[in-house]
Amino acid sequence: MSTAGAVLRKDLLVELRTLETVPAMWLLSVITYVIFHFGLGKDTLHGQLAAGVLTVTLLFAAMLAVNRLFVAEREQGGFDAFLLAPVDRTAMLLAKAAALFIFLAALELVAIPAFALLLAPPSLGGSLPALLLFLLLANLAFAVIGTFVSAIAVHTRARDLIGPIIGLPLLLPALIATARGIGPLLVHNASGSPSAKWLAVLALYDLVNALLAVGLFDFLLEE
Amino acid sequence: MTTHVRHLRGLTIATAVTVTAALILVFFYAPLDAEQGFVQKIFYLHVPLAIVSLIGYCLGGVFAIGYLRTGERVWDMRSYCAIHISLIFSVAGIIAGSIWAKASWGHWWLWSEPTLVSYLIVILLFCTYQPLRFSIEDPERQARYAAVFSVVAGAFVPINFIVVRLSVAYVHPRILNLEGGALPGSMKLTFYISLLGIALLFATLMKYEMAAKEMRIETRRLRRALLGDDAIRPLGRTASPS
Repeated sequence: MSTAGAVLRKDLLVELRTLETVPAMWLLSVITYVIFHFGLGKDTLHGQLAAGVLTVTLLFAAMLAVNRLFVAEREQGGFDAFLLAPVDRTAMLLAKAAALFIFLAALELVAIPAFALLLAPPSLGGSLPALLLFLLLANLAFAVIGTFVSAIAVHTRARDLIGPIIGLPLLLPALIATARGIGPLLVHNASGSPSAKWLAVLALYDLVNALLAVGLFDFLLEE
Repeated sequence: MTTHVRHLRGLTIATAVTVTAALILVFFYAPLDAEQGFVQKIFYLHVPLAIVSLIGYCLGGVFAIGYLRTGERVWDMRSYCAIHISLIFSVAGIIAGSIWAKASWGHWWLWSEPTLVSYLIVILLFCTYQPLRFSIEDPERQARYAAVFSVVAGAFVPINFIVVRLSVAYVHPRILNLEGGALPGSMKLTFYISLLGIALLFATLMKYEMAAKEMRIETRRLRRALLGDDAIRPLGRTASPS
């Protein structure tokens, strides 16, 4: 656990000092809203359309972080150092998934208010707790699958290409559940109560993938 | 030489007999569908292809577990061949399904049909298997990463079907429900023989592919032993186990 903490602290420190990933994610999310505004020709979105735009925007921004997650380890020999150290290898998965989760939360700190400001229907306040609940579970899915995919992709020749093409289909069930779940929350005068079915699907998907990742991650770190 | 392929001849004969029997049943025994007519017969090809390819994907994952546990290359070969043949079967299956959908519902593609949509997602996921392998040069790492991918993707197949099914209402006829479906007996018999035929075809093709690959590797080894390392061109980048 302390190993995971150390790797996580290192990642967050690197991000704080270089400001490479998170600001890029913020910019990408806002620019995606602008593109959707012109592409769809609408000033405000609501219901399933709004949910789709929000989910896709978060997905695109998340892919930036996923692509960059292991690049420093690969380029500067962090993998070798980690393998030489007498520590549990699952710590790397934990640390990276936690880092990705924090990046995504930081993204949403800007992306959700920007969405509310630019595209969302007025009076969303009542739906906010349920929306955050969905985002929490969706972030978990992104974090686990993203870490896993990134660890595979970083050792391939075309890593910027392999990451998204494997990651998107694997994330699809989580994206379906998120988009379908938050759709009813983004209509005028929404009741604000989340759909239990989609919360359960998301939670189950998170759990299954977390178990698979814990079971299989060690094989991705061997030399 | 060591080979892991056995009973190839018997299996080939059994496949040829079953597939021929299935074709005879489809064209001369099974009754014409009252509403859809002759085009309904594509069902005997489409559904078995889909079922067998999905089982094949899961098998690929199971073989991959074998590789991760034992580290023997033959498991990687099995996993690769199972996924390879499944991919071919599922592309054929989705094309056949699309033709059937056009004939019976009037559309080539229906988003309201969860089976089609989740099948497409599974195909899209497994289409990345070969590019992934191709982009990793070291054969040992290639096998290991491909195995990890196959396990996750194999587990993804049933989950994906459940999630997509939850998101839309049915329009597909439920053929294989617990009550045995609403098919008349003659159609059911034809369907099961077709299913058996396609499953045997899958096993045979997979074994032939493994036999060909093992033969190629063995030939290469022998040539190298006979002619020396310099006479053999180095192996190029490849997606298949080598």
